[in-house]
Amino acid sequence: MNRVVTGAHYGLGDWLAQRVTGLVMAIYSVILLAYFVSQPAVTYPSWKALFEQGWMRVATLLFAVSLAWHAWVGMRDILMDYIKPTGLRLSLEIFTLVTLAVYLGWTVQVLWR
Amino acid sequence: MSSAAAKKARPKYLSLTALLFEIRLPLPGWVSILHRVSGLLLFFPLTAWLLYLLDASLASEQGFQHVRDTYLKLPVAKLGLLVFVWAFSHHFCAGIRFLFLDIDRGVELKAARASSVAVLVVSLAITAFVAMRLW
Repeated sequence: MNRVVTGAHYGLGDWLAQRVTGLVMAIYSVILLAYFVSQPAVTYPSWKALFEQGWMRVATLLFAVSLAWHAWVGMRDILMDYIKPTGLRLSLEIFTLVTLAVYLGWTVQVLWR
Repeated sequence: MSSAAAKKARPKYLSLTALLFEIRLPLPGWVSILHRVSGLLLFFPLTAWLLYLLDASLASEQGFQHVRDTYLKLPVAKLGLLVFVWAFSHHFCAGIRFLFLDIDRGVELKAARASSVAVLVVSLAITAFVAMRLW
């Protein structure tokens, strides 16, 4: 098989990971939506208390990791389909990876400060 | 067999111009391409923007008040929120639809067409509902 640096891993792993991480994010989103719907008007104490609970911090971190993994597979699919020159594709893949790493670090900083 | 049709160069992949101007995309195709467009928007810049809002709103009471009562009242921020709501709703609904297709549910033409209409309508309806609440 002709393996290229900017290609995928030629397996089922990424495909499955994208679906599992999608499901994780969907469940988290429904929980967060339930919180917003249950509050007539969100106040600072209630908002802060929500993100101070241990399970919510872990769930949010799980969401952030899922997003990074999910978006990496998705962005790589998009770049492989529409961006043909290797140099440009590689640059955009690096931009994607760096951006996702920044998102993760930022999330950790916001959750545990 | 050496007809003219057989010699014609076959396209290797669909270009964006072909997608936009030469091919009339069926509805499931629109759901699919909009899944990509919404996914791209959610990755960048929407996640960065929402992280900024989460950061500011959790940092302090003043930060929270500023985000809720000043920043998110700006027309441009409302528009951004609306783009997020559409992108999220579409990506969410289309994603659920793809999960069902993966396990061979709703793959017949009629069902696939109906579910793609549902995805487009539901995400636009949610967006319209939020728009009414915002303005």
